[in-house]
Amino acid sequence: MILLIKLFLTLLKGSVNFPYQKLEIMLTEFGKIFVFILTAALFVVVAIYVARLLRPKRPTFEKLTTYECGENPEGSPWVKFNIRFYVVALIFLIFDVEVVLLIPWALVYKEMGIVGYLIGAIFLILLAVGMAYEWKKGDLEWARPKIKEPTLEIIKSTETQKEELKTAS
Amino acid sequence: MGLLDQEFTEGNIVIAKTEDLFNWARLSSLWQVGFGLACCAIEMMATSASHYDFDRFGVIPRPSPRQSDVIIISGTVTFKMAIRIKRLYEQMPDPKYVISMGSCSNCGGPYWEHGYHVLKGVDRVIPVDVYVPGCPPRPEALLEGLLKLQEKIRNESIVKPIRSGFVGKSA
Repeated sequence: MILLIKLFLTLLKGSVNFPYQKLEIMLTEFGKIFVFILTAALFVVVAIYVARLLRPKRPTFEKLTTYECGENPEGSPWVKFNIRFYVVALIFLIFDVEVVLLIPWALVYKEMGIVGYLIGAIFLILLAVGMAYEWKKGDLEWARPKIKEPTLEIIKSTETQKEELKTAS
Repeated sequence: MGLLDQEFTEGNIVIAKTEDLFNWARLSSLWQVGFGLACCAIEMMATSASHYDFDRFGVIPRPSPRQSDVIIISGTVTFKMAIRIKRLYEQMPDPKYVISMGSCSNCGGPYWEHGYHVLKGVDRVIPVDVYVPGCPPRPEALLEGLLKLQEKIRNESIVKPIRSGFVGKSA
C-alpha cells in the first residue's frame, strides 16, 4: 500500500521520500496526465455504480434474451471470418507502422541533413523490398475460390468413338 | 436492486423531492425505439425531422430497445407484428412507456370490422400510456401526445403502489 502511495506521489512530484519527510505536492507535467486518467477511470466506475443503485431492476426472461430485432435469436455470433481478411489486416498494420515512424522523421529530416535522409531512405527501401516480396508471393491478390471450368473432353472422346466405330464398320 | 425504487410504502417530503428530480430527468430525455409500422411512421419521421424537431423534447430514436424509454406504436399492428411488438416492449428496461399513435393501433381503425389480420388495438398485448387519435395523426398531434406522456411522468411516484394486483418488483 505504501508502495502504491509512493508511486502515486512520485508521479505527482519528481521525487518523494514518502513516510519520512514532509511532502510538498506539486504536479509534474506527467502527473497532470496521470490525474486526468485517474479521474476518467473513477468517473466511469462511479457513474455506472450510482446508476446501478438508483435504477429499477426487474429482469425477466424476455428482457435478458439476445436482441435480434424482435425475432428469436438463432445461431452463434462467433462466425468464421474469411482468411483473406487476415492478409489485408497484416499489410495494413505494416503500412500503419510505416506512417507512424515516417511522420516524426518527415518533421525533422531537413535538420539532420544527408544522414537523416539516408536513414529514412533505407527504412523505405526495406519496406519496399517487403512489399515486393508480398506482391511476388501473391498476398496482394484477392484469394478467390478456383472455378472448375467445364471441358469438352468427354464430347470429343464420344466423337472419336463414333469415328472409330465408323472406320471399324 | 434499485436503492429507492418502490422501497417505501408512504411518501414523505424527502422522497417527493427525489421524485421530482427523477421524473424531471425521465420526462426530459424520452428516447424512443427506432421503430415504425405503417403510414403513421411517416408522420413520426416528419415529427423527428427538423421542422417539428422531436429532439427539443429529448426524444431521440435509438437502434435498440435496451437503450429506449418509450415505444411509439406508429401504425397498423398486424397479428404477425404483434408478437414482435410484445417482445420489443418486454426487452425495454424499466421505466418504459408506450404511445399508441393513430386509429389502427388505438383500436384497429379502418380494419376494425373486416381486418382479419389486424390486432384490434395494441393495448390488447401491451399497456398503453397515451393514445393519439388520427388517421394518421399530424405531427402536432404526436407532439401533444408526447406532452401528455410527460405530464404523466411528472406525477409518477417511486413509492410502492398499494394495489395488490401489481406485477412489478416481485415478478
